[in-house]
Amino acid sequence: MDWMFILISLAKILGVIFGIILPLVSYTVYAERRVSALMQDRIGPNRTGIPLSLIPGLGLKDRQMPLLGGMGQPIADAVKFLLKEDFTPAHVNKFYYWLAPCLAMVPAILTIAVVPFGSSLWGVPMVIANVNIGVLFVFAVASLGVYGIVLAGWSSNSKYPFLGGVRATSQMISYELSMGLSIIPLFLIMGELNLPKIVEYQIQHGWTIIPFTNLHSFAPGLYKHHTWRGWLNWKEIVMWVPMMISFFIFTVAIFAETNRLPFDLPEAETELVAGYHTEYSSMKFALFFLGEYAAMITGCSLIVTLFLGGWHIPGIPDGSHGWIWGLVNIGCFFAKVVALLLFFIAIRWTLPRFRYDQLMRLGWIFFFELALVNILITAGIMAIFPN
Amino acid sequence: MAITIQRPPLTLKEKLYVPAIFSGLATTLKHLVNMLLGKTHVAMQYPEEKWDSHLPSYYRGAPALVKDEHGRERCVACQLCEFICPPRAITIKPGEIAEGDKFRKVEKFPQAFDIDMIRCIYCGLCEEVCPEQAIFLQKQYAITGLSRAEMVHDKEKLYEIGGLKTGLVHKWNDKK
Repeated sequence: MDWMFILISLAKILGVIFGIILPLVSYTVYAERRVSALMQDRIGPNRTGIPLSLIPGLGLKDRQMPLLGGMGQPIADAVKFLLKEDFTPAHVNKFYYWLAPCLAMVPAILTIAVVPFGSSLWGVPMVIANVNIGVLFVFAVASLGVYGIVLAGWSSNSKYPFLGGVRATSQMISYELSMGLSIIPLFLIMGELNLPKIVEYQIQHGWTIIPFTNLHSFAPGLYKHHTWRGWLNWKEIVMWVPMMISFFIFTVAIFAETNRLPFDLPEAETELVAGYHTEYSSMKFALFFLGEYAAMITGCSLIVTLFLGGWHIPGIPDGSHGWIWGLVNIGCFFAKVVALLLFFIAIRWTLPRFRYDQLMRLGWIFFFELALVNILITAGIMAIFPN
Repeated sequence: MAITIQRPPLTLKEKLYVPAIFSGLATTLKHLVNMLLGKTHVAMQYPEEKWDSHLPSYYRGAPALVKDEHGRERCVACQLCEFICPPRAITIKPGEIAEGDKFRKVEKFPQAFDIDMIRCIYCGLCEEVCPEQAIFLQKQYAITGLSRAEMVHDKEKLYEIGGLKTGLVHKWNDKK
């Protein structure tokens, strides 16, 4: 049924992008502002409510609006971005200047296509594109994100955006290497590039960095294909070390790829005004802003999928046991993503920015080599402990 | 001559950098938790809560004219404040006190007394220079208006803000 497949895919795309990712992006921005404020002993945006008094017929008087702790802030920000003057400076290269914000936003959202965000719902697998080259697709598309920044920096024809663009290029190219190399050990073990199958593997053999989640004492009988194993075997314990190294390098590389704070040199406010998006205003600026946060969410989804068991939580059955469990699985996945996002925010307000030479040194001298050695260690362990 | 500052030797823990990240995270999380539990109280929800009761007696807010307990307007339109005002915010139009008035001997009074609150810098020189104790800086600090004209305080407004002030020196008693 081709048209049925297209309709279901379309529903999944619209549901994920407009139902989950974009609201999550705007509320990540809100969470960033509130959490950073709390960490700095401030309060943050807590005033913007939802102006129900503007709706006629409810009978609410002026200022009688639920404040909800400022939850209306992202909506107000979106309206502000839409209504602001969209200013294009005279000295820019118009075509690339307009193209760059799209290129910043699109790859970040496109990557989510291959990430399994749930088990299944009414028998439909909760992944938009169940392709066998999942991880390759992620790396291929996520790397395109740098073009948005580079084009923005170059086409703005101004010195600060230019410097930001140059920094972004070298930074993202440097960390792309260690990011790709860091997860090769995973593929050595799992023999899979398909992200839903990687999650399946983790359900059976334990999460990549928490390998004792497959002790089925939590829910005996739910996993018929798997027998009680007693305790961890030696291979899993020894394999834990390279997996932790992989996790560490991959997480740091995601920080660098998404230009988050210890590595936010492309838009270092104190040095480069606003970096690559200095010349942008209105919705074009908002696209960079949203693209950055969408990339962050995609990065967190990848970490969750590759290292933290995806949508799986021990004891919770998958979607084949009823649609309610399918929804719970989706909830589990995004709960993990949100927890990681909060970790990203906490790191942002904890660490100062690296100096540029430190950033490059870290990427090329430490993480690149560490990732290579890690592949050797993993291969060695696999040779010593054959199944 | 160039001075070379010796960098302190780092221990292995410091070189690894990761323990420092976690101690840093502990610090930020401590602040977060203290804010969430309400242990830290630093911010004031401005329009609802105000600092007004804590303002010191010497607080320099909006300047305003005062009347004394006899209901006499104390300004004699000597224009010293107008001349000393650094941003030239004060404009006075002096007038003569009518024949037969109880305070005819004072001779002058301000027909118009305008302070442009957009220009005022709250320096307090007008209060300092006034020989009649007629102008005082009050504690009002939220001076707002929707137009430039609204931001000019005329005589009526100044007396409304200043009100009545007791305990001043009475230069113009009947006997003097």
